[in-house]
This record gives sequence, C-alpha cells and structure tokens, in this order.
Amino acid sequence: MKLNSPMEVWKYLPGTNCKECGEKTCLAFASLLMERKKKLEECPPLFEPKYAEKGKKLAELLAPEVREVEIGIGERARKMGGEDVMHRHERTFFNRTVLVYDVWDTMKEEELRERVRKITEWKKFYVGEFLKVDAIAIRSVSGEAKTFAQCVKRVAEETDFPLVLCSFNAKVIEEGLKEVSNRRPLIYAADKENWKEFLGIAKRFKVPVTLFSPDLDMLNSLAVTFSSAGIEDIVLDPGTYPEGGGLEQTFSRFVRIRRAGIADGNKGIAYPLIAVPMTAWMVHGSKAENALAASYWEAIIADLFIIKYADIMILHSIEPHSLIPVRTLVANIYTDPRRPVSVEPGLREIGNPTERSPLFVTTNFALTYYTVESDISSNKIDSYLMVVDSEGIGVESAVAGGQLNAESFKDALESFKVEDKVKHKTMVIPGLAARLSGETEDVTGWTVLVGPRDSGRIPGWMEKNWPPETVS
Amino acid sequence: MEKKITLEDIARILDRYDVVELEDVKIKGDVELELSTGVAIPPSVVQALQSMMGVQKEGISVVSEEKGIEELELIPTKFEVAKTEWNGQIEEVTIGATSADGGTREATVTIGGEKALPFYNFDHQTPHPPVISVDCFDMPISLAKAVREHYEDVMEDPGEWAKKNVREFGADMVTIHLISTDPTIKDTPAREAAKTVEEVLQAVKVPIVIGGSGNPDKDPEVLEAAAEVAEGERCLIASANLNMDYERIAKAALEHGHVILSWTQLDINAQKTLNRYLFKLGVPREDIVIDPTTAALGYGLDYAFTNIERMRISALKGDTDLAFPISCGITNAWGAREAWMKDSPIKEDSDWGPSVYRGPLYEIMTGLTLGIAGGDMFMMMHPKAAGAVKRVTQMLFGAKEAEDEGKKVRIEDWVTWK
Ligand code: SF4
Repeated sequence: MKLNSPMEVWKYLPGTNCKECGEKTCLAFASLLMERKKKLEECPPLFEPKYAEKGKKLAELLAPEVREVEIGIGERARKMGGEDVMHRHERTFFNRTVLVYDVWDTMKEEELRERVRKITEWKKFYVGEFLKVDAIAIRSVSGEAKTFAQCVKRVAEETDFPLVLCSFNAKVIEEGLKEVSNRRPLIYAADKENWKEFLGIAKRFKVPVTLFSPDLDMLNSLAVTFSSAGIEDIVLDPGTYPEGGGLEQTFSRFVRIRRAGIADGNKGIAYPLIAVPMTAWMVHGSKAENALAASYWEAIIADLFIIKYADIMILHSIEPHSLIPVRTLVANIYTDPRRPVSVEPGLREIGNPTERSPLFVTTNFALTYYTVESDISSNKIDSYLMVVDSEGIGVESAVAGGQLNAESFKDALESFKVEDKVKHKTMVIPGLAARLSGETEDVTGWTVLVGPRDSGRIPGWMEKNWPPETVS
Repeated sequence: MEKKITLEDIARILDRYDVVELEDVKIKGDVELELSTGVAIPPSVVQALQSMMGVQKEGISVVSEEKGIEELELIPTKFEVAKTEWNGQIEEVTIGATSADGGTREATVTIGGEKALPFYNFDHQTPHPPVISVDCFDMPISLAKAVREHYEDVMEDPGEWAKKNVREFGADMVTIHLISTDPTIKDTPAREAAKTVEEVLQAVKVPIVIGGSGNPDKDPEVLEAAAEVAEGERCLIASANLNMDYERIAKAALEHGHVILSWTQLDINAQKTLNRYLFKLGVPREDIVIDPTTAALGYGLDYAFTNIERMRISALKGDTDLAFPISCGITNAWGAREAWMKDSPIKEDSDWGPSVYRGPLYEIMTGLTLGIAGGDMFMMMHPKAAGAVKRVTQMLFGAKEAEDEGKKVRIEDWVTWK
C-alpha cells in the first residue's frame, strides 16, 4: 500500500459525504479502507465516470505490496500474503500463516478419512475463540494419477477445508484437480522442468499455483513468466532445507524475497511464500522412535517461518504437543499489535452470582483477564470477578514490579463498591499473588483466600475450598 | 464410405482459398478431427472452424492455448535485493573472567556486537552465536514434572546442580537464583546467600549469572553481598529494576567488576530511562545487558517479541540508549498452562496429549521466537529445550559444525516421503 494516512486516501474519494457506504463521512470510510475493513466497491459514486479515474488510481495505491491469493471457497477460504510491512509493529500483519497438514494417497481409506477428520475437527480455546488449523495437503506418493484422484475425492468428501494438491507430475495433478476443480485448491508445484504443463493446468482450471525453486533467479524467472502469461495467483516455494547451512540459507531466502517485494517494490517476486517444515521428517526419519524428535524439529522450523514470512506452510505432525504451540504462535504473531493490552478494570458478573458466590480477583492485562474469565464461565461457576488495575500487566510480573499490591486491592474494592454485592467480605486472589495475602487482609479488612496458581484449576480448588467458614 | 479429414486438411483448404471467415456453411454428419501435434493453426482459422462446426469452444481453444504455451520460454530474470545498512551497533559484552583478567573462569562468553537483525548474515554476519545459561536455585522449588525429573537428584545442592547443568546439559553459563532470600520464602540472610554463590563459582568454571529473589526490598542487599564475594569474576548481576534501589546494585557491580542486567517490564521508555540512570552512575556501556521481559508463548509472547524487536531496530537505527545485548528469561515459558497442565480446563478443547511432550516445546518456541526478535542470551531450564535452541541458533548463526548436515536430502522429495 502506497498511502500512509486516511487523509491521503481521502484525496481520492468523491468527498461528498453522501453516506452511501454506510459511513458518516468520506474520511471515516478512508480510514476503514486503510484498515481493510471496507472495500472500494462499497463507495458506489467512485465508479461514476467523473470519479472513475481517481477510483482506478486509488485501487492501485491501496493494493497490498505482497499479492493476496485465496485458496478454498466459502467460509473456509483462506487468504495468503497481502502483507504491507516487514515488521508487525510497523502496522500489522494481515493474513495469518495458513497451516496445512498432510495426507497421502497410499493411506488406507479408513486411516485417511480418520486423519482428515482429526485435522478438520481439531480446536483449541484461546483468548475468547476456538483456534483451528486451515487446510489439507494431499501428497501423491504412489505417483499414479488414478490413485491420487481417488484419494482427492475421498478427502473432499470428508472435509470442507481448502486443499493443496501435491505432485511434480502434471498428469497426476490434473487427474486430482478434476475431482475438486470447483474448490479452488492450490496446486504444488511447477518447477524448471514441468512449468509449461503446470501453466496450462493453472489456466484451464483457474487455480492458484505454486512455483518451486531454491535458485532465486529461477524462481523469479518462473514468477515473471507465469505473470506475463496472465497467471497472477502464484505462491512461491524457495525450498525449506531443514538443517545446518541449508536452514540458514532458507532463512536468508525467505527474508530477502519478502524484502525485495515490500522494501524494494519488486512486483515480480511479491507473492505469498510457502514453507515446508515437514522436510524435518526427512532428516529424522519415519521410524516411530524418532517421531518425537522429528515433530519437535518440524515445530522449530515452523516457528522460524511463521515469524519470517511464510504465508502458508505444510506440516506433518498432528499430535497435540505440536499442533497447540504452532497454532498458538500463529495467533500471537498475527494479532494486531495495536489492539489494547488491557481491559477496563471493574467488577464483572459471571453467570448469575448470588450473595454466597465467590469473588475472584485478577488483573486487567487482557490475556490474563480473558483466560480467567473463560475458565470460570466455561465451568459454569456463578461468581464475581474483580478486575484490578495493574497497568495492563499480568499477575506474576505485576506483583514483582509492584503494580499489583495490597493498596490496589483496596482501591478496587472501594471504587467498584464491591461491598454492596459481596456481603461475605471474602476474596480469592490469584495463587501467583500469594505473597500479598497477609498485607491485603490487614489493609482491607477482608478475608483473603489464595486461589490456584492457574485459573484452569479453579474448579478443583472450589471443591476443596468453597464455601469457606466466612461464607457458610 | 466414411470420409476422414484432419484439422490439418481443413486448415490447408482454408488457407489455400485465403478464407478468414466462413458464412452459411453447414457440415452434416459426424465430423472427426484428428489433431496431430506440431501443426500451427492460426487463431482466426480455429475461430472459423468453431463457428462453422458449432463445436464447443473449450475443446479447440484449449488446444490453441496449449500450443501458445508450448512456444513460451522462460523470461530470464536476475533476483536482486538491496542490503540493509544500519548506523548503529549493539554493544559487545563479555561475561566471566579468566585468570588473565583476575578471575577463575576457564572461558568467557561474549554476546552482542550486532550490526544487523538476528541471523541476517546476508546484511552483516552475526558476530556471536546466542548463549544459553541454565538455571539453578538455592533451594528445592516446585517445577513442572517434565523439568523436575532432570533435577531431582541435585535440588538440595546448588553446587551439584550447577555442575550438572554444565556437564550433562552443556550449559554455556549457569544462573544461580537466590530465591530463598525472599522474606516471604525463607528470608535467608544475604551473607549466607553469598556463600551459595561461592559454592557455585567453585563447582563450575563457566561464567555465572547471579539472580536475586525478585524482592525489591531485599535484592539490593543480597546482590551486593554476592557481588562482593564474586569479586573479579565478572558475573552478570540480575538485576537492577526501576522500582528498587538499583543504585546500590549498580554500585556493587561497578565496584567488584561485574556486568549488570538492566530489567524493565515490556516498556521501551522505561528501559531507556533505567539505562540512562545506569550511565549516570558511571556504569560503562560494556558492562550492561538488558532484559526487556519475557512472556510465554500464548501468554503475551507477542508483546515480548515486538518489544524486543522494536528495541533492537531502534538500537540499530542509532538509539544508543538501547544498543545492548538482550537477555531473555525463557524459563517463564513454563508459566503457560499448556506447558504443564494434564488436561485442558476448557471442556470443548481437542485432547491436549501428554503434558511432558508439550512443555519442552513451549520453552523451545518461546526461546527461538525471542531469538529471532533480538535475544542474545537465554536463561533456560529443560535440558532438551536448551539443547534444541542452542542447535537451531547455531545453524542460523552459520556455525561451521552445522554446515553440511542438511545437504543430504533432496527437499522436493517431501511430496513422496513415506
Ligand atoms: S459512499 Fe463514497 S462518496 Fe459517499 S460518503 Fe462514502 S466514501 Fe464518501
């Protein structure tokens, strides 16, 4: 994107404040355009002949530096690329890394369907929502077009996830595509040998295509060639070497390609990037006793490229120990860094608390708050939650740093008039703030119970400790 | 008799009569077209044939497209990208002193010195690989099961604990945390804590980090006593913080020849302020390491990542207040419940699997992520995690030993991997 402020965007809008876009002013619309919360099409006047020139120019200026490519259809469709910055604090990364998990065409049918279901149904609660993974890659291990096509068909029956069809053999890809041509899968991959066939397929089936070459001159060349043949939905694979100097070089290639695209404005290479952390399994082997080591190494490579510029990646381990941290890292790196760190302090009601319900205490650090809130509400514990102002810092750090102390509890009790609702004058403070319990009792005159160190253990804690004598 | 004509025949015929468009032509009966490769048919003729035979467009137009593609050639391109040159450079800091410098360490550790972002060796070679300091404590503490099983035999003895960290887990450094000095824990007197430091210094020959309990009232006294007994060893004193008597700690470090860890909580401006206070007290630049705070994966890692990345970029751009090596307390990763809790407290979650597998990966990923942001030194705990972070950062650094391993695999074969 070539524009730096809503004012700059505004210059290209009609400026009539006609409200057709649903916003009060063109300027408001301009800032939403910048945030990609509105689309140009939502301002109809811009397409009238007298503004058309400006509209065209604006579309160009607003286009992200890295091309945005979509795979899949409907609700599950995922956008890749579309990035404007090299570092998330410069604005934000827009499209989180698409996590793709593999299946292969030599799997037994039942095994295959089971794995597809597992990938599709996997979920993990995190800060107010369930995290899921994104897509399924189907690898042609057999090398036979028919076997592959049958596998694709079965996978498609089992999931609505976007698909990535993987083979360097164009015939195989084509047979597979016939089964899912209406689902906009990504095909993998064209290289310096087979590229003409892949170009033909991409044109005919109108699907996004991956270009593979660790030689960046060749990769750039392939990209420019495809683009000049009218294919723009391109994903680039510079190769993922899993170890040693190869890994260092891979890191270098990802960073330099993205830099060329964003900082140097080289449109010919400004496409989404794909990483294949799964190559870790090739060095660690497929034996069962090496599986843990391989899954760790795969997660390590995933970590590197989630941060440094992979827009989509293919992984093998669907064990929870790797799924959970990998997906969580994606959530962390791709959240908007401009979102507030803290929530409003105050007294919240969870469920339908009564006079005998517990009063839990936590800080106003957003992450802590959402975690505690969801732990209590998902376990259906009617209670009050007192959110103390810790300057947006988590419990442990705030106790260490002094932002959370006996006085802050006292201030909170008074300013939220907690006594009006909680007659038993008993509060449950976080286990991580245990060292404040004595002083807090002295300063507030309330009874202080020390809760568990992790709010996930509140249900167990309740069984043993609630109601205390002060309440019954 | 059935008459067969080929597309080539038709083309030839049309060509002969110089026909571009056919009007009022009807072909009756079955038409069979044989397409032989290598015949170039002008698009106008294809169009003519299409309209003439009412053939589905796709059939023929694809053929013509494929022909077009056949003739395509790769457009030769040279990939080019600019180098990024920064004005700033991170301070180079050495921890530990050998006998040549009045200490008793067998080796020292040097971190910092960067002129580019971490592992951007294509801009400027990263001067030193990241360093790992493995934690030990002056009393038995509660640890996640996956960690505890490695330390059960040494928990009562900080000297043995430190030794194990070096001998078995390959630690570059050891951190001794004097947590028992906290008045709410054991209130161990400063002088006794200093003895523990001496013990550790005798047990291992690597440089050490001396950590307090984190109690702002007690730490100055404890760290002062520790700095005194460790005179000349050039330890890293952890840490000075804005809400305590940092002056006393800084002076002790200065007087006894140590490096000081300047710790702030996810706040660039606070970090600048504290560092400036340290300059004012006369702490030399090569005696400062900063700790901008580590948050665990899933529990604020994004803030820690961006905070460190921003500090490092500011430093490279020339902000000398921030141009110091960065230490990260990666052991904090175990604060994430996913690292140690048996099952998910959220009922709708998919199964979490065994916690002993999750924990080390949480520590590894927290460490590596902050290493990519700008961390130079990692305080860690799980031996496997420490080993993995060491290994991958060595590779990214470009260490010679790591060089050739990866070349054996043909990476594109992942597609057919079994
Ligand atoms: S529709 Fe267009 S012209 Fe009308 S207010 Fe919105 S931005 Fe302005």
